[in-house]
Amino acid sequence: MTGTQELRRRQPRFLGLEPGHRACQGCGQALAAALVTEAAGPDVILVNATGCLEVFTTPWPQSAWRLPWIHSLFENAAAVAAGVEAALKRQGRPSKVLAFAGDGGTFDIGFRSLSGMIERHHEVLFVCFDNEAYMNTGVQRSSSTPHAAATTTSPAGRKLPGKRHLKKDLLAIVTAHHLPYAATATVAYPGDLMAKVRRGMATEGPAFLLVYSPCPLGWVHDPRDMIAVARLAVETGIFPVVEFERGELVSVLPIREKKPVVEFLRLQGRFAHLLGDDPKALEEREHLQALADANIARFGLLARGEDERDTVSAARVRRGGRIR
Amino acid sequence: MRAAFEGSQAIARAVAMCRPEVIAAYPITPQTHIVEALARLVYDGELEAEIVSVESEFSAASVVLGAAAAGARAYTASASQGILLMAEVLYNIAGMRLPLVLTCANRAVSAPINIWNDHQDAMAVRDAGWIQLFCTDNQEAVDTTVQAFRITQRTEIPVMVCVDGFILTHLFEPIDLPSQEEVDRYLPPFTFARRLDPARPLTLGALVGPGHYTEVRAELAADLEAAKAEIVAADRDWADITGRFCGGLMRAQGPHSARLGILTLGSIYGTLQEAVATRPPPEPVRLMALRCLRPFPVEALREACRGLCDLIVLERAIAPGAGGILANEVRAALYGMPDAPRVHGAVCGLGGRDVPLEILPRLIELARAAEPVWSEIVDLQATPPVPMEGRVR
Repeated sequence: MTGTQELRRRQPRFLGLEPGHRACQGCGQALAAALVTEAAGPDVILVNATGCLEVFTTPWPQSAWRLPWIHSLFENAAAVAAGVEAALKRQGRPSKVLAFAGDGGTFDIGFRSLSGMIERHHEVLFVCFDNEAYMNTGVQRSSSTPHAAATTTSPAGRKLPGKRHLKKDLLAIVTAHHLPYAATATVAYPGDLMAKVRRGMATEGPAFLLVYSPCPLGWVHDPRDMIAVARLAVETGIFPVVEFERGELVSVLPIREKKPVVEFLRLQGRFAHLLGDDPKALEEREHLQALADANIARFGLLARGEDERDTVSAARVRRGGRIR
Repeated sequence: MRAAFEGSQAIARAVAMCRPEVIAAYPITPQTHIVEALARLVYDGELEAEIVSVESEFSAASVVLGAAAAGARAYTASASQGILLMAEVLYNIAGMRLPLVLTCANRAVSAPINIWNDHQDAMAVRDAGWIQLFCTDNQEAVDTTVQAFRITQRTEIPVMVCVDGFILTHLFEPIDLPSQEEVDRYLPPFTFARRLDPARPLTLGALVGPGHYTEVRAELAADLEAAKAEIVAADRDWADITGRFCGGLMRAQGPHSARLGILTLGSIYGTLQEAVATRPPPEPVRLMALRCLRPFPVEALREACRGLCDLIVLERAIAPGAGGILANEVRAALYGMPDAPRVHGAVCGLGGRDVPLEILPRLIELARAAEPVWSEIVDLQATPPVPMEGRVR
């Protein structure tokens, strides 16, 4: 263990995001943001896109942030972060820059500025809290919403059963920039998430982290099931937890016990119309299962025997979120 | 140092002498020569700045926003569609009270697409909360650029320096460039009290509800009003060093006995000066150029209009369905003034249409109308340049 690592281990937990903010019960994003800032440590500057996180943490004159934090607009977190980074570079200040956005601010409206920031190689760790719809405005579909999920603008209608398009493969687009580091993580595996934040922080150049963050309100599940839903997304293959360096896959979080997709669907009201014996529902279930199986095959997600990083071992969290 | 420079080159050198730390821009005609010149200086190692060549004007404005918030002197330039694409960010920069400077190389707004000069772009964002200064020539563009960095630093209000695209940006003329020593004497190093700093964490850009929003907006409105004094002081202090004064809030020339005035923005002022000098009008005319569109210099304008019977507002922009933009603002500013002149609205020079010296007699004719002219486009061609036959209506 190096001196810095030892020092970090001995430090009390750093809270970048204080409790007492106004997030919903069981908010995946609130937990994820707390874990990310804890891992990133105090010497960072946060740039936050418009969205739930901005709203529930900074109702003037209150702020839940213990870190320097700026919110500008919905679609420019990556560009503002690039500007902050350029200024720090010119001034010779060593602080790291983190950009936070939801899936709307990353996959859709913020996509252009994200691509530009990565292409120009700014030293920014961009973290997308992916809750698969526009939750802040009341659960409208985004390009991250999974196929067949019901949202207020892709409802489970009599003619069309939920969203008719696939979830955008953002990670493939991001990794096509051949950036030094890109990964996915989820709140269900905090140790893995925090380790990836540290990797992103240590990366020279741009890093991207996609954090799967369930939204009880939009996904229509019991707030206490938040972690269970996030874990099932990984165990079914719906959400692959993977790591890329320079566009190459370098590691995955292996699935020790693969679960059927229907177990993941069953917990969430957004997929309620896919349960039951209706032939259309059956077809959609088969489709989603096929998509999950394709993820497992594409990334080689099935564990071969026990692995200290697999879906069972990685769920055991030590204090400080460290994994061995 | 007096020498011939292209306007854009001179502006770029003025920017460089202000020692910007972060420059971000996206190419758009006719702004390109300014940022190309700055990039050359950076790439040749003559200017120590981060140059961020972004993927859109939206990001250009966002990058300088972030840079200013992190405590860096920041600069960008754009025009036309670029200004409109930036519009959301421009409001945001002003609302967050972030100090930075933008050069707007004024250009028409599409459609029809047109790369030539008018003022529609700057007018479209006149209520964004920025200080907007218009330059009548390239000497003023240079001097105003240097002043803009001081004004923004002292007021924490962003400043847009408006220069007529092509007419100024691509014009070679003799310009007195200040020395680096003069600029350093005038402009202190950049500091920003609210800068993002892990040692002193602040929250910038919080959600403000109905309970506080009005107060925040009122403060910006009041501070823009108060910025007039800073704009004049910046001009006077610069004049103390260089001997050149840009007129403070507005320029005016002509005899006090004049009963007819013409008010304009930007380089048309020079055209009118030339017209008056070479084609003496039948009656004395007072020429005026508004240097400062925002904050709107109501008192200075009233003072300059004293004694006038007729005032023609000549502008290169239009509010379709509502007449001239500047004319309407002037009418509002003069409302209630004792013996206020009649205000005539005249629009010309849209999309780069040449404004010839012969416009002067036409304007004087306009002011002789029995009723004040609400809004007239004074340089419409008598016949359409493209035949009407065969057009789908």
